[in-house]
Amino acid sequence: MSAGEEALLTAAGLTKLYGARIGCMDVSLDLYAGEVLAVVGESGSGKSTLLSLLATQLRPSHGRIRYRMRDGVVRDLFALGEAERRFLLRTDWGFVHQDARLGLRMGVSAGGNVGERLMAVGWRNYGRIRAEALDWLARVEIETGRIDDLPTTFSGGMRQRLQIAKNMVTAPRLVFMDEPTGGLDVSVQARLLDLMRGLVADHGLAVVIVTHDLAVARLLSHRLIVMRHGRVIETGLTDQVLDDPREPYTQLLVSADLRG
Amino acid sequence: MVATDTALVRVTGVTKTFVMHLRAGATLPVLREVSFEVHGGECVVLDGPSGIGKSCILKMIFGNYRIDAGSILVRQGQQWTDVARASPRDVLRLRQCMIGYVSQFLRTIPRVGALEVVAQSARDNGLEAATARARAADLLARLAIPERLWQLPPATFSGGEQQRINIARGFVAMHPVLLLDEPTASLDQKNRAAVIEFIRRRKRAGTALVGIFHDEDVKRQVADRSIDVSRFRA
Repeated sequence: MSAGEEALLTAAGLTKLYGARIGCMDVSLDLYAGEVLAVVGESGSGKSTLLSLLATQLRPSHGRIRYRMRDGVVRDLFALGEAERRFLLRTDWGFVHQDARLGLRMGVSAGGNVGERLMAVGWRNYGRIRAEALDWLARVEIETGRIDDLPTTFSGGMRQRLQIAKNMVTAPRLVFMDEPTGGLDVSVQARLLDLMRGLVADHGLAVVIVTHDLAVARLLSHRLIVMRHGRVIETGLTDQVLDDPREPYTQLLVSADLRG
Repeated sequence: MVATDTALVRVTGVTKTFVMHLRAGATLPVLREVSFEVHGGECVVLDGPSGIGKSCILKMIFGNYRIDAGSILVRQGQQWTDVARASPRDVLRLRQCMIGYVSQFLRTIPRVGALEVVAQSARDNGLEAATARARAADLLARLAIPERLWQLPPATFSGGEQQRINIARGFVAMHPVLLLDEPTASLDQKNRAAVIEFIRRRKRAGTALVGIFHDEDVKRQVADRSIDVSRFRA
């Protein structure tokens, strides 16, 4: 049934070795438009290494990633020139960090943070940039009156929403998320998850989200990858893996999850 | 002469065993050699004592549980898809267009209102937004959910209200296959009658239904056939 539809991103045999230590071993995956893929596992499982490889922040020891660019041409990501790669990161991709300080410039206003990404892709008209920033602040439920405030004056939940606005303003097709709800209160998490669900549905976004929180994976993702010791040990439909886990380690993770 | 194939679901030789690694790898065989067919326009009732694996069968057809052996074919037009071997994306697509499921518990999404939860299911099934909302509203009204609750997230509702949201979500879309896991448990007389009417209407519309019903009276009113699940006990 899926014939005729091409993957947005295809990773094959991704491996990252740190000397003799395995960061990530022989991971292959496909990602399609509109699809949310969650990567779960405990700290040290290799899930963050995998995310860094997919987002080309790390170079793999082996393996490759093919990506269907906006013009429809499939390219090998590690064969891109540095300028091409940066352009991809600034336009077609987003990255939402757990620590907002990594994704935002804390000394620049909220509006400036969002506007900066537009300027990086060539927007020059101040009025249009500000209008676009205002529109995105409203969409992520940040009071537009806060546009000139610094992110340092924002709560944790607001900072995450600002990061999302900053990423979404260039209409990316793929967003990477590293524990985006980590460290937030449950009620704040719910609001953020709801926002992310809406964005995925409305914009047909593809998302790779790394989380140790199975409830987040269940709520947001279509498919799930379970990692341990740098390897993928189980993968499938999210509800299937969580409701009928096969591997001993997955069963342990599920049984340890209090919220089910 | 070739008879027209009216089967929509064909379960053949399905076996299910749970392996509990946290209990030293203890195995729990649940079902073996499960085979049956469900045709469009009929309601097949899964019967047998609790714990025998009735819900398990529904979950396997929905692709929520995996199987160890056998096949679970679902027909879309002339094309049969084996749920047990389909890719995750194909299972999701089958759920959108072919298989509806009223589970025993509603998994709620924070901050999404009841009407929207129900309408979403119809939109996923291909209905246009306004029609989806209208159908959702109609079902909520028929299930006596007061209109003042429609915009509120069902997480705050009583168990009975949540169950009715779940029923509305299952019936709002026109999936050709509909799985019902005790949809009438804990409903009052009036709502039970509403669900029986929903089922009858879907049978007339050619839907293949597979259901589990505790209530003998409901069973009598909707069942075309019963399958005793104890005969598949592993």
